[in-house]
Amino acid sequence: MPTDIQRDEVRRLSAAGAQLVEVLPAAEYEEEHLPGAVNVPLKHLSAETTAPLRRDRPTIVYCHDFQ
Amino acid sequence: MSARAAWRLESLGFGEVYRYTAGKADWFANGLPREGRRATLPRVGELARRDIPTCGLQDRIGAVRERVRAAGWDVCIVVNDRRVVLGRLRQGALAADPGSIAEAVMEEGPTTYRPDAVAEETARYLTERNVAGVLVTTSDGELVGLFRRDDVEPRPPRAEPAGEGGA
Repeated sequence: MPTDIQRDEVRRLSAAGAQLVEVLPAAEYEEEHLPGAVNVPLKHLSAETTAPLRRDRPTIVYCHDFQ
Repeated sequence: MSARAAWRLESLGFGEVYRYTAGKADWFANGLPREGRRATLPRVGELARRDIPTCGLQDRIGAVRERVRAAGWDVCIVVNDRRVVLGRLRQGALAADPGSIAEAVMEEGPTTYRPDAVAEETARYLTERNVAGVLVTTSDGELVGLFRRDDVEPRPPRAEPAGEGGA
């Protein structure tokens, strides 16, 4: 079950090697995103598009806000 | 959106999935680093003057006024012990009875901006409304400082392309 986290935990997990995934459309990602985040838009989230990501590493997903 | 994405990742075999519920709006609003095309634009949080005087709700106006003037300011921000902005004392309030407390004369709920607002866009907005500056706070309401429109270097006018053949 996914775990909801806040900013401080994002920083801690990222520093420990978690992968960050922004799921907004590419145009929004290209404007600005969190350092080191990769972009996999929600509409394109599939086994194929997530293949470059590690399944055995903690993964943090985010969008713009509480949507 | 991120909730659905988190569940989808889990269904795709990701073993440890977290959802940053407040998202990048929260991250940027707290002045944290960013990457991307707009990442290098100066933000109000970077230009905000952090030395703006502060005081507590119960502080006496006489003492506050003395301190504010000595520091060369004409405004003081009323904060709590977490530096959350509660009010503002402008010239009128600072001229009140020296024995009164800040809470009694402060302006409640001053407008604030987030540190990630683009400085040039914000300065233009303030200029259009004839406002000299605006307070900058984090999304938790903690004071960052005062951003003044005059602190933004005006961008030089774009050079017109020379006509064919020149002068």
